[in-house]
Amino acid sequence: MSNVTVNVEGKAISVPAGESAAGAALAAGLTHTRVSPVTGEPRAPYCMMGVCFECLMVIDGVPSRQACMVPVREGMRIERQTAVEVWK
Amino acid sequence: MSVSCDLLVIGAGPAGLAAASTAAKRGVDVTLMDEQVAPGGQIHRAMESRAFKAESVSRADDERGVALVAEFRASGSRYQPGTQAWQMQADGKVYVTDGARARVITARRVIIAAGAIERAVPIPGWTLPGVMTVGAAQIRLKTITYKPPAETWLAGSGPLLWLYAAQVIEAGGRIAGILDTTPGSNRMRALRHIGGALGHVAYLKRGLTLQRCVRAAGVLVVNHVEALEARGEGCVQSVRYCVKGDWREAPAALLLLHQGVIPHTHATRALGAEHHWNVLQRCFVPNLDSWGNTSIESYAAAGDCTGIVGAEASLLQGHIAALEAARALGKLTPAQRDELAAPHFAHLWRHLAARRFLDALFAPRASLLNPADDVVVCRCESVTAKQIRDAVVLGAMGPNQVKAFTRCGMGPCQGRLCGLAAAEILAAARGKSMQETGVFKVRAPLKPLSLSELAALEE
Repeated sequence: MSNVTVNVEGKAISVPAGESAAGAALAAGLTHTRVSPVTGEPRAPYCMMGVCFECLMVIDGVPSRQACMVPVREGMRIERQTAVEVWK
Repeated sequence: MSVSCDLLVIGAGPAGLAAASTAAKRGVDVTLMDEQVAPGGQIHRAMESRAFKAESVSRADDERGVALVAEFRASGSRYQPGTQAWQMQADGKVYVTDGARARVITARRVIIAAGAIERAVPIPGWTLPGVMTVGAAQIRLKTITYKPPAETWLAGSGPLLWLYAAQVIEAGGRIAGILDTTPGSNRMRALRHIGGALGHVAYLKRGLTLQRCVRAAGVLVVNHVEALEARGEGCVQSVRYCVKGDWREAPAALLLLHQGVIPHTHATRALGAEHHWNVLQRCFVPNLDSWGNTSIESYAAAGDCTGIVGAEASLLQGHIAALEAARALGKLTPAQRDELAAPHFAHLWRHLAARRFLDALFAPRASLLNPADDVVVCRCESVTAKQIRDAVVLGAMGPNQVKAFTRCGMGPCQGRLCGLAAAEILAAARGKSMQETGVFKVRAPLKPLSLSELAALEE
């Protein structure tokens, strides 16, 4: 399987082409991928199949993407989502 | 751009793929839409890009999946991956989005094959990063051969615990241990259904093979686990578990939870189709006739979203629903439909009889369905079990009132994850049955939709 390079929180990382943005974030070592807008607690991908919406991230500048449902693309920017991004 | 078709199939798992292929073969103009980027559903995920081993614990599934996907690709069906439905109407209009633009698909018939989701059973600390589902880890194993860290614990109940553990071992990975919450009394209950299981011994043999493989690899298996807790600062660092009233703690880098699977009924519920409580499977299922027709004219459902039947039976239900669609669309006479469907029905009954044994054997531990007051039930809105119980004291009669009082189920997942868990807590607090209690009403849009996506809609 070929690899693609994505940018997770400003850091370049090479991941397999079949990976999702959420998977790439985990592979990059992010322990949390968003902050709960209700409590401010750190949260991370839970179901990886589009059910739980815990993996909401900012992808290529677009907030609230379900990162587990977005396949990686060369040069994709993947960023943590804090409550601030949601309301931008 | 709008699309019109004779038959719209929603979901590209075994049921959806089989339905599309069979209907297309009968001359039906088929569109299949799926939220994933490649066909196969969860069981046959990444089927076209995975490397296979000849001697694998999942070989039979893989071979079936490869054939199913290839047949679908050759069927002439229109395929729309990466597409989610957000509204379904009784007039056959299905509103969808690809994440950038909303569109409408107009279909004369619809088969919903939305599959299963994992049953969410909240435990203390399950919102910590590093706590995921077994299904989530298996998806990563299938897509990128991800091997979990050495301090990985699997906790809960169900065949998937054993399948995933065996697959990790096969891939050269390790599992720290399995914390099995299956109640010991399930075995006696399951024995009542052993007759059905003996009619399809492949299920039994497979289960025993997986367990043997996992135990042979030296994985610690703790039986009769009564309670679980994830602990850590900022992420999971340990798992606590209780056996016979005795709490123990082990370091954990990854805690994978699983309590079986339940039908993904968001689509059929959004449609307004009638549902009922399935006692043995502890879940709500749509009311269907033997052809898979829902209570809403021209909408059928097939596969695990109709009640957990497994991949092989899902495929059979897909064929059956497609033959009925071909009949309704004038491509088959009722007699032709009956003749073509007869062998599928014969196989299906055998699978369903065997399924009852598995349902009873892996029924969730009742005490886990009623978590302590401080446990977060709704992850999106951080609503605790106590808030749900307090809403009952304030007079909430049903799930929709609990939602209005507490915001439980009102976050981005729209109650997909917590719906059944909240209903269980509510039913217990009110001393009512699940049938009487019901679940959240699902309203459009059944997936969050941005205003720019909506603005792109042309009718």
